[in-house]
Amino acid sequence: MYGKGFSQHLLKTISNLNIGVREGEILAVAGSSGSGKSLLAHAALGILPKNAVIEGGMAWRGAPLDAALHKRLRGREIALVPQSVAYLDPLIRVGRQISNDSQTVGRLFARYHLKPGTEKLFPHELSGGMTRRVMICAALAGGPKLVIADEPTPGLTPHLAEHAMRHFREIADGGAGVILITHDIDLAVRHADRIAVLYAGTAAEVADASDFADAALLRHPYSKALWAAMPQNGFVAAAGAQPYAGELPPGCLYAPRCPECSPECMAAPPQPRSVRGGEVSCCNAH
Amino acid sequence: MRIEVRDIVFGYTKGKKVLDGVSLSIEAGERVALVGPSGCGKSTLSQIIAGALKPESGEVLFAGKSLPRRGFCPIQLIRQHPEKAVNPRWKLGRTLAEAWAPDDSFLAAMGIEKAWLDRYPAELSGGELQRFCIARALAPETRFIIADEISTMLDVITQAQLWELLLHAASSRGLGILAVTHSERLAAHVSSRIIDFTPHMP
Repeated sequence: MYGKGFSQHLLKTISNLNIGVREGEILAVAGSSGSGKSLLAHAALGILPKNAVIEGGMAWRGAPLDAALHKRLRGREIALVPQSVAYLDPLIRVGRQISNDSQTVGRLFARYHLKPGTEKLFPHELSGGMTRRVMICAALAGGPKLVIADEPTPGLTPHLAEHAMRHFREIADGGAGVILITHDIDLAVRHADRIAVLYAGTAAEVADASDFADAALLRHPYSKALWAAMPQNGFVAAAGAQPYAGELPPGCLYAPRCPECSPECMAAPPQPRSVRGGEVSCCNAH
Repeated sequence: MRIEVRDIVFGYTKGKKVLDGVSLSIEAGERVALVGPSGCGKSTLSQIIAGALKPESGEVLFAGKSLPRRGFCPIQLIRQHPEKAVNPRWKLGRTLAEAWAPDDSFLAAMGIEKAWLDRYPAELSGGELQRFCIARALAPETRFIIADEISTMLDVITQAQLWELLLHAASSRGLGILAVTHSERLAAHVSSRIIDFTPHMP
């Protein structure tokens, strides 16, 4: 991050974040803007900028996921469905952007109901819904074991969004893990198996999607606040805002807004622990 | 001081009308939601009502007169993407001061911290930035707010916070609101009348 002029300073945008995704499941990563969702996706793909300072580690099927392994997996076993329809190259026919093997392209297009001949079109000749399907095909061409979908639904009507989500369920049913990055907690509850609630760059809670049926089933005060703020649950807004990455509190990142905050919460960041089958980073969760 | 929208026609490309003869009216202090599929012209209509776009034909009347061409517009538009609605090279204090000079208690009520006035837009989150856009639109001369999907890209807590701020300000000052949204639940929550804008397809 640049300060005044060209002076630079370090922003700690992600801290103490622990998340895992299993084969055959959809893990939704839900959180407010600036909570580190997209950075998490970029880290998982190994495409963070060169000057990023990274601590901690990642593992891929038991093996440490380092730069060399990333390079081997990226675009093959780990694939991204990007957020924007602008990720396709406007000057290349869409078929060639998916695979050089026309059989693979034909098979994928048939599966996603894209008419024969679509592979010869340029991106600007596709509708929004077709573009989205083409990008899903591109992600699946390498036979991925992990698909990361970065905000795949904004701008889609509810009907088209449901349709896109069915595609991701199909991918998970095929044995791959799916990480669905979204700020739409409603969508996550309806379509994911588990939900990781991100707050200011840390995972507040990782819970089964069914736990979001009732606030009493949730563990972290922030997830409960999210629940209460949904229009169908009363539209109650918790006060305060997520702390700026340059001014993080020393203890629990949610402590300044937390109704259950105790002195120990202010002292040190809570460690993730298992509570009623979910993971939660909160000293007072039970 | 009602808003009268009469026979608005508008298109971005020749021969293709986004809006073709749209008429509606909103009473002073009324809260109306505008819903419809994407691409049906909700945002275009919002901009026309707020005077940010000129229709090909038809007119928008506020209190029986057309909108002022210069000076402060009593109908204020809050846009979907706050980062596109502020000057990226201005600190937010300057952006706010361009519209009016709110006092400290108003800023506190809007949940704006004083330190933010000294920041550039890139240093704030979308929700924080949207507070500035709402605060800017709530100048004393404002009579009507058009909220064009002001909270879709935000998490539910921020969404509820922003609407609480806006509804509170609107009811204490008797402002009318036109809320454009995809969410029927949100529409039901913030408005007393819903206009369904599903177009008659040609």
